Amino acid sequence: MKDTVLEVTNLVTKFKSADGLLPAVRGASFSVKKGETLCIVGESGCGKSITALSIMGLLPSNGLITDGSITFNDQNLASMSPKEMQRLRGNDVSMIFQEPMTALNPVFTVGFQIREPLMIHQKLSKKKAHARGIELLKMVGIPSPAERMNQYPHELSGGMRQRVMIAIALSCNPSLLIADEPTTALDVTIQAQIIDLLNDLKEQLDMSMIMITHDMGVVAEIADRVIVMYAGEVIEEGRVEEIFENPQHPYTKGLLSSVPNVDDPDFDLKPIAGSMPMLNEQISGCRFHPRCPHAFDKCFHESPKTFSVTDKQHVRCWLQEEEVAQNGGRRASSL
Amino acid sequence: MAVDEQVLYSVKNVKKYYPVKGGMLQRVKSHVKAVDGITLDIYKGETLGVVGESGCGKSTLGRTILGLESLTEGELVFNGNNISNHSSRQLKPFKKEMQMIFQDPYASLNPKQRIGDALEEALIIHTNLSAPKRREKVIRLLNEVGLKEEHYDRYPHEFSGGQRQRIGIARAISINPSFIVCDEPVSALDVSVQAQVIKLLKDLQEKHGLTYLFVSHDLGVVRHLCNRVLVMYLGQMVELAPVDKLYENPTHPYTEALLSAIPRPAVGRKRERVRLTGDLPSPSNPPAGCPFHTRCPIAKDHCTTEKPAWRQIDEGHFIACHER
Repeated sequence: MKDTVLEVTNLVTKFKSADGLLPAVRGASFSVKKGETLCIVGESGCGKSITALSIMGLLPSNGLITDGSITFNDQNLASMSPKEMQRLRGNDVSMIFQEPMTALNPVFTVGFQIREPLMIHQKLSKKKAHARGIELLKMVGIPSPAERMNQYPHELSGGMRQRVMIAIALSCNPSLLIADEPTTALDVTIQAQIIDLLNDLKEQLDMSMIMITHDMGVVAEIADRVIVMYAGEVIEEGRVEEIFENPQHPYTKGLLSSVPNVDDPDFDLKPIAGSMPMLNEQISGCRFHPRCPHAFDKCFHESPKTFSVTDKQHVRCWLQEEEVAQNGGRRASSL
Repeated sequence: MAVDEQVLYSVKNVKKYYPVKGGMLQRVKSHVKAVDGITLDIYKGETLGVVGESGCGKSTLGRTILGLESLTEGELVFNGNNISNHSSRQLKPFKKEMQMIFQDPYASLNPKQRIGDALEEALIIHTNLSAPKRREKVIRLLNEVGLKEEHYDRYPHEFSGGQRQRIGIARAISINPSFIVCDEPVSALDVSVQAQVIKLLKDLQEKHGLTYLFVSHDLGVVRHLCNRVLVMYLGQMVELAPVDKLYENPTHPYTEALLSAIPRPAVGRKRERVRLTGDLPSPSNPPAGCPFHTRCPIAKDHCTTEKPAWRQIDEGHFIACHER
């Protein structure tokens, strides 16, 4: 059993708004083991990015963690001061964002931005940091890295910028890397390069990774384990094979059958009716029941418990209880 | 979708160059060759997919075909009428036949205009229906794309992304066009909503006998929706084939690479990936010879100097490559 790097328990993140405190994440629990890649999947508004920002302590000023704990290497991040967080961020935990152009500072050279974390966290001299920066750029596959150090972000292509972001994120050998839709803004051939790069680097550096994405194809390429989020809740969790071959939650099934398959000309596209609820929408019972084709009485009134399908696969859905009752076997766990 | 072999729109050697100005006198220094010699026949009732990476000129092609961009060179023949040199007044009756669905439906709707008014606008310009008749028609349109009558008086910000795209579609079909250019109509949407909009586009095509030019970078959606597919690279045609032939027997190395780069939503099957190195060259200074030779895994010497000819290799299957 590998040791756990990150343990998130019952995380609740709320936003102050004109309508009062609105929960964006409603009690998410998951963990990441050493050397493992966890994918968080869901559509926009499901709370996947807010979960990542909560871990990083980068919530916007009107967002706050109201409940739960985030334990990273035996430290509780949720109760850390901003100063302590700063020491951790970019050092032990780092993050890659979706749009590398907005994440890089346009008025500083690539070299300046890659030296910065090395000089702050590892106390390297400028000269040493520069040499290490060139090494890092070489590691992420940037040709003629020494010249790139003096260039500005606008002189690089989208794929190159994302490689620079990855180099910066990896500069201090983090034990956890959070990647928030790192390939969404890129073309498919470039996306394939970046995915291969992340997979290679992860093995080389033996780090853990949380990958946030809405693309089931990317999940299949990179994940060891998957959690599916819907409207702020984790609704299914499991190993990547389990999620793709034996999805249990109707939403997970819906997600998988609403992506057209490139290899199958007769693929039957089945959209999920309706759309994602707003943050301020009051939904009783299961938050998915208005869009669920299998919803029954209980779903309208009671929030579902988490049921275990295997030791790794857990589902929040009342349909599981029915199945359990029919099979008479497995019992609900209170995870 | 029955496709008869009747040509609806014929595009001949179309080029669209944008001037790049510079220096003290703002002289034209060079050109960005966004679309560089496209020749195509679009058949009645078909969906022709245009795919490629960003910057390959697929959107510009769509806009040029609709007359939203002026032509640098080439000929556009719509239903037997040469419209390449038409003035905007001469174009008006043709514009009624051709409409467009945009990628970002929020940017293409006026935030201060009620949805009903936005949909009515095209009817005022192109038909002489009375006001109550127009309202009736707009409500019928709303229903047709899966919205309700009560949405008539609402503003764009009150809708979700998927609903806005439905409004964009309603506006495009409001004056019964025969040809619609869809420019990445689903790429801004979430997957579950994306599937709804794809279904809607398919249903409308069957009902009204529409012809689509479907511009997209999503090869999964294209396979699901299109009859034929054109692959573009740096403004030029690379491969054109019926959809099944293209996906099962991609012949141009770029098409191969593009198809193998798509992450498949299935685990356990490790595929051999054709890795492309490097980025797309700049369209203002495209490589000599074959535009793809800088990234091509099978490029030979003559690829760097000679431009490959556009040739047929199978029924309806065309490529531009020396080596295949």
